[in-house]
Parts: sequence; C-alpha cells; structure tokens
Amino acid sequence: MKAKVHVTLKNGVLDPQGKAVQHALGALGFDGVDDVRQGKFIELELTETDTAAAHAHVTDMCEKLLANTVIENYSIEIAEP
Amino acid sequence: MKAAVIVFPGSNCDRDLQVALRSAMGAAPKMVWHGDSDMPDVDLIAVPGGFSYGDYLRSGAMAAKSPIMKEVVARAGKGVPVLGICNGFQVLTEAGLLPGALMRNAQLKYICKDVLLKVAANDTAFTQAYDQDQVIRIPIAHHDGNYFADDDTLNELEDDNRVAFRYCDAAGTLSEDANPNGSQRAIAGIFNKNRNVLGMMPHPERLADAKLGGADGKPMFDGLVQALG
Repeated sequence: MKAKVHVTLKNGVLDPQGKAVQHALGALGFDGVDDVRQGKFIELELTETDTAAAHAHVTDMCEKLLANTVIENYSIEIAEP
Repeated sequence: MKAAVIVFPGSNCDRDLQVALRSAMGAAPKMVWHGDSDMPDVDLIAVPGGFSYGDYLRSGAMAAKSPIMKEVVARAGKGVPVLGICNGFQVLTEAGLLPGALMRNAQLKYICKDVLLKVAANDTAFTQAYDQDQVIRIPIAHHDGNYFADDDTLNELEDDNRVAFRYCDAAGTLSEDANPNGSQRAIAGIFNKNRNVLGMMPHPERLADAKLGGADGKPMFDGLVQALG
C-alpha cells in the first residue's frame, strides 16, 4: 500500500523560502495571498497490507528520519490498495 | 593527543581539518570512513564540513544515521570531545548530540566570507586558548547556518553558558548587520550539557595558518592539544 507523508514547518518557525514565494506571487499580480509555508511531500510504497501497522511503521520513519521534529510537523495518509 | 576525522560522501573540509589537526598535534589524525563501525581509540572526534549525501532530505540528516555516528554518539556520551564544524554541526544536531536545528539562511543565499565572532565561553577544551569575549575572524561557507531553537531551549543554552561563539562586529557588539544568516540570538556555535561536544558553523580550520591569510582558528586546535595531551 501507499503512504503519503507531508512534512511542514511548525508554527513559529520562520520560513524564509515561503516568504520569498509569497513575495514572488505578489510580484506576478496574485493578490490576496496572506501567507505561504513551504514543505515536503514524500510518497512511500509499502509491502505492509495492514493499515494500522503501516501507519505505525511510517510514524516511526518520520520520527527517526523523514522529519526533524525540532522544527517540523508531519502528517501521514495511508492509501488503501 | 590522538584524533579521528569522520569522512562522509560529500565531505569537503576533511582534508583542511586533517592539516589543521596535524599541524597542532604533530601527528596525523586518523581519517575514518562513515561506513565503518569501528572507531579507533582517540581523544578527539572531528566531524568536518561539506555537503554529506548532497544535503538530501535535510543538511546532515542522512549522515547522522550512518554506521559510524552510532559510535560517535556513544563516545560523546562517555565524555570524548567531539567537534562538529559547519556540516558537522548540522550532523550533530540531527544526531541529537546538540539541541536545535540549522535552517536555510534568512536571506536564502549561500554565504562564503570571513565573519567576526565573539568567544562567549572560554572554559572548555575547545575555547580555552581564547580570551573571554575575544573577537576573532573566521570564515563561514554555508547555505543552512541559521540556528533555530525554541525559546525554552535558547534560554537554557544561555543560562548554562553553553553558547560558544556569537556573530558580532569589530567592537564585539551584536547587531542584525553582524549576523550573517539570521541565527537566533546571533548564535554561531554551542556546547552540549557536558561541554564535551561543540558544534559551530564557522570554519576555524580554514584560518589556522598565517600563510593562508589568518590564524584566528589556530588557538582552537592548540587549545585542544594542550587540554588533551
């Protein structure tokens, strides 16, 4: 089954890249963008077939490698096969 | 003193560190490949700058999980001094030996230039050859050197006198202009709780010989040799 992981900066952590993107959008005439936060999207193809087990497994991966929990949050979505 | 320099794929300051250590020690440090799990018996472990694993995922994230780092973490726990410079600092934070994280520079640019640092704590083997509050000139060369930690962590670092170096101007004053990368509280380097691990973004090994344009980095290596024999 497939796991989708979103890694985003925590609230309160400055995101200079997001700010630069916001600025560029404004320069292109896209008004009304109050804030931009940039993150990562990671897709995993798993051999596991049990959703709960897959979720636990990917949580462990996020804690140990995929996210730096000092500055980042993560969310996991397990897609049914 | 016996020293080891860890070499990752993508390290590019390992040889500079080797030269600086050899000059201070009078003997060559051991170069230890990241894939090895055997660490020689040494008095100092140095984690060099560079772009280990191409900075994939996050700077230092992959290197922090390499086989040799388990041993580095174990030795640090036993009190062996560990020095992480630039990418080495990033690796040590990712390995959990130092708090906080190194984020993209506030101006989003890679910066390579000499900066001025204030020695904020000279009571460790790494910094004992400097005067307290001495202003030294050391180069930086990084894209991700913007030190971040939450307020509680920053307060704890300051309360425990664990800030090693701060970015400053020629008079030793901290200011936004003197802070090249947006680091919280102008932090350029920090110690762990036991003061045997130092991580810093600037490169003392690059100005450790007057023939190369400056020697303000040399006292760090001389001080280590003095302290560690």
